[in-house]
Amino acid sequence: MTPEALQEVAKAEQDALAKQPQRIGVCTAAGCLSCKSGDVLKNLQTALDRRADVPYKAVGVGCMGLCARGPLVSVEPQGLLYENITTADIPALVDSLAAKPMKEKQSDLGMPFFKRQIKVVLDQFDKIQPERLESYLAHGGYEALMNCVAHRSPGDILDMVKRSGLRGRGGGGYPTGLKWETVAKARGDRKFVICNADEGDPGAFMDRSVLECAPHRILEGMAIAGYAIGASAGYLYVRAEYPLAVQRLKLAIRQAEKFGLLGDHICGSSFSFKVEIRLGAGAFVCGEETALIASIEGRRGQPRPRPPYPAEKGLWGFPTLINNVETFANIPAILVKTPEWFASMGTEQSKGTKVFALAGKIQNTGLIEVPMGISLREIVLEMGGGAPEGHTIKAVQTGGPSGGCIPAEHFDISVDYESLRKMGSIMGSGGMIVMDETSSMVDVARFFMEFCKSESCGKCVPCRVGTPQLYELIERIRARRGTRRDIARMESLCEMVRTTSLCGLGQTAPNPLLSTLKYFRHEYEELLVDEPEETRT
Amino acid sequence: MTPATTAKVITLTIDDREVGAREDQTILQIARENGIRIPTLCFLEGLSPAGACRLCLVEIIGTGRVLPACTTYAAEGMKVRTTSEALEAHRRTVLELLFAEGNHVCAVCVSNGNCELQDLATKLGVDHITLPYLNPVHAVDASHPRFILDPNRCVLCARCVRVCDEIEGAHTWDIMGRGIDARIIADLNQPWGEAASCTSCGKCVQVCPTGALVEKGRAVAEMKKRHALPQLITRNKEHAS
Amino acid sequence: MSKVRLATVWLDGCSGCHMSFLDMDMILLDLAPKIDLVYSPLVDFKVFPENVDVTIVEGAVSSTEDEEKIKHIRGRTKTLIALGDCAITSNVPGMRNTFSVDTIMTDAYGPDHPVQVIPPLLDKSVPVHHVVPVDVFITGCPPPAGTIVKALLAVLEGQPNPVPPRFG
Repeated sequence: MTPEALQEVAKAEQDALAKQPQRIGVCTAAGCLSCKSGDVLKNLQTALDRRADVPYKAVGVGCMGLCARGPLVSVEPQGLLYENITTADIPALVDSLAAKPMKEKQSDLGMPFFKRQIKVVLDQFDKIQPERLESYLAHGGYEALMNCVAHRSPGDILDMVKRSGLRGRGGGGYPTGLKWETVAKARGDRKFVICNADEGDPGAFMDRSVLECAPHRILEGMAIAGYAIGASAGYLYVRAEYPLAVQRLKLAIRQAEKFGLLGDHICGSSFSFKVEIRLGAGAFVCGEETALIASIEGRRGQPRPRPPYPAEKGLWGFPTLINNVETFANIPAILVKTPEWFASMGTEQSKGTKVFALAGKIQNTGLIEVPMGISLREIVLEMGGGAPEGHTIKAVQTGGPSGGCIPAEHFDISVDYESLRKMGSIMGSGGMIVMDETSSMVDVARFFMEFCKSESCGKCVPCRVGTPQLYELIERIRARRGTRRDIARMESLCEMVRTTSLCGLGQTAPNPLLSTLKYFRHEYEELLVDEPEETRT
Repeated sequence: MTPATTAKVITLTIDDREVGAREDQTILQIARENGIRIPTLCFLEGLSPAGACRLCLVEIIGTGRVLPACTTYAAEGMKVRTTSEALEAHRRTVLELLFAEGNHVCAVCVSNGNCELQDLATKLGVDHITLPYLNPVHAVDASHPRFILDPNRCVLCARCVRVCDEIEGAHTWDIMGRGIDARIIADLNQPWGEAASCTSCGKCVQVCPTGALVEKGRAVAEMKKRHALPQLITRNKEHAS
Repeated sequence: MSKVRLATVWLDGCSGCHMSFLDMDMILLDLAPKIDLVYSPLVDFKVFPENVDVTIVEGAVSSTEDEEKIKHIRGRTKTLIALGDCAITSNVPGMRNTFSVDTIMTDAYGPDHPVQVIPPLLDKSVPVHHVVPVDVFITGCPPPAGTIVKALLAVLEGQPNPVPPRFG
């Protein structure tokens, strides 16, 4: 399709929206679907069909963030948000449309959870219908891609991404523009774009939500990347545990191909770009880029030493750009709203916004997007609403199995790549697991070590054998059989595993243990037994 | 005869010694050419490097990084340190982890006296294992008419996997499972004797650094191996072409 | 110079290391003036004495008796030497570690295996240094007599073991 024809489609969709602005948006992301929002949507439409006096239409939309109180339902044009809506609430809900809002079900949109958010990646999730390309188009979707192929040179785009200051949202924080430029400059007969959607951190569901709610935003980001670096093929590596995301991505790819936004001669230009989906079979290590590439190539998913980096030698030996879901999702907005707008948010070193998944012992479990540089206090205590009644928050774990635990007394730190690293944790992909006074930090360390040991691929010795040894040491301490010598042994083994492991999984596996030892050492020491007299040297 | 190459000639420093090299050479190759010894286990000349055992880790001065010498290519002006207190400690821990992982009983092993793991312990001064032994339960596979696989002695270097794939072209061996449960399997996890792809060439046995792959009928300390096999084969191929 | 009070003990091993010790032959005569053998399976002392300078231990720790014995000995010894692979890696005694104690006892003694006469086996047979701290390790199965000589002479001089390790 030509850009003009696409604009027609967008216009028609916008007109329909203007003609009938009365809409009830029901969240159809996995969180709300798991508490039966699918039934709510179906029954609601049936109920509305029977009521000619209520001119509303029910539509499935994306995630509205407050997963703890799902199913969430929005009412437009009033701009209301209802929580915990079940099929039993439908008659009352329909009745309320012509009368007063249902106060008892209404979310307070003025609370910090909503107020403090700035949405770039999650922008208009409450309006866009995930399964309709027309809906994405009508909300400004694919504008960036159309503009790129028609008016911008690859060099312009590289320059814009660099100027935005965007850094990799998968956790490492490598400057995205620099990565793109490296791949663009790398010599190779072919080049590839890979989207890493193998989100596997326990407690993390940011990427899942983006994949489910705005699959086209990711495809658009990938196509722009392909145009910028000179690639004509891309792979979306999604874990098979996200069936809804996979289904919507497949649909989105088909739609985009039909509309000429993927495939040969995108929007009538000379640029061609195809995207294929590859499913991960449940190995956490396949989130590591070289293991992911091996997996796409059909080999056993295990990493290889870098350098050479994928930017130089990646998929099938060709220069390959690998970015995370959230990184790609930022791209269209950066191009449309300008890099300077993007860079105006966040801190000096960490620009823009970041999506976090709040989980654990916290009131407002859910998904938020906040500007970088916000304090942990604001996220956890204010937006998250603190601990459940009668409890106090002890620590927050960021960065999943590669990250660390940050105690409540340090909640004033700024959430950016450097500050979190200084605290012995990492930004990671955005999972935040909150712990209250009932959580044992030794148990937390044990949980993550067990995760790493069972997710280790087994290729390199330090990770394969070091993580089970560390796990056994933690177990020994938990069983009140450990001594001070075991703590010392744990610390030196952590150092060795961190320094010598082949890939990021092993190199960061000691972090949860080290950070809990650093901030909650007394919890370990309380479990120690004295060294018997005769065994002292 | 050195094959014709367009690789640039460079100078780098290994352990404060200036050495000349080509930029398509790894640090390990250059070190060996210059008589500088770096311990290795998964590496074997003639097979693709894996970078898995982490014994050949060296410090790249100025980068704060340690990298495997077997897979890291030299660069102009690079400064490499192959030994330091920290590196030695890490290497000893790698060996400790390996000894603790399997059931290595040198005294009753057919490869006693001809084992690279045993030799490395001697070279690196590992005289005891501080970590607890994991004592895994592994069945021995003696289904092949001529050879035996004893996973109790396997260090998962994957030399057998590589020689079978890269030189014999059979790819009988591969690795199944992950982490501490990873192990060597024949074909689709069949008894070796029933693996249809196996040509019984015995190269895997010859390259195995320990007593995990051995010939039948050998008594303790009788199993000697020909580790130079892949190197000889690849050189012959180069000459032929 | 006062003589070094030397003891040797034998836990779960085959006595091969003690045989190797005796294989020092003529060198034993050179050693004799320097040491006072205060406890050993080779001599007939019943009680492990106090204030032992050097104790050489052969064999792994496999039973509760071994465990009590080595803890007792460690408390009365200045320098503890683990002699041979059984003491250092648990070696051949450790080969039972992939089986349960019950399986082993039943296989060895039948279903009505004795419970009183035989010291109860530990869950796993372990190296000496996994139970008590060990100061010197002399590897080998058994360590050659020459290795024992060099190591022992060094220890008597207060020096570290000069012989590189060699398991098996």
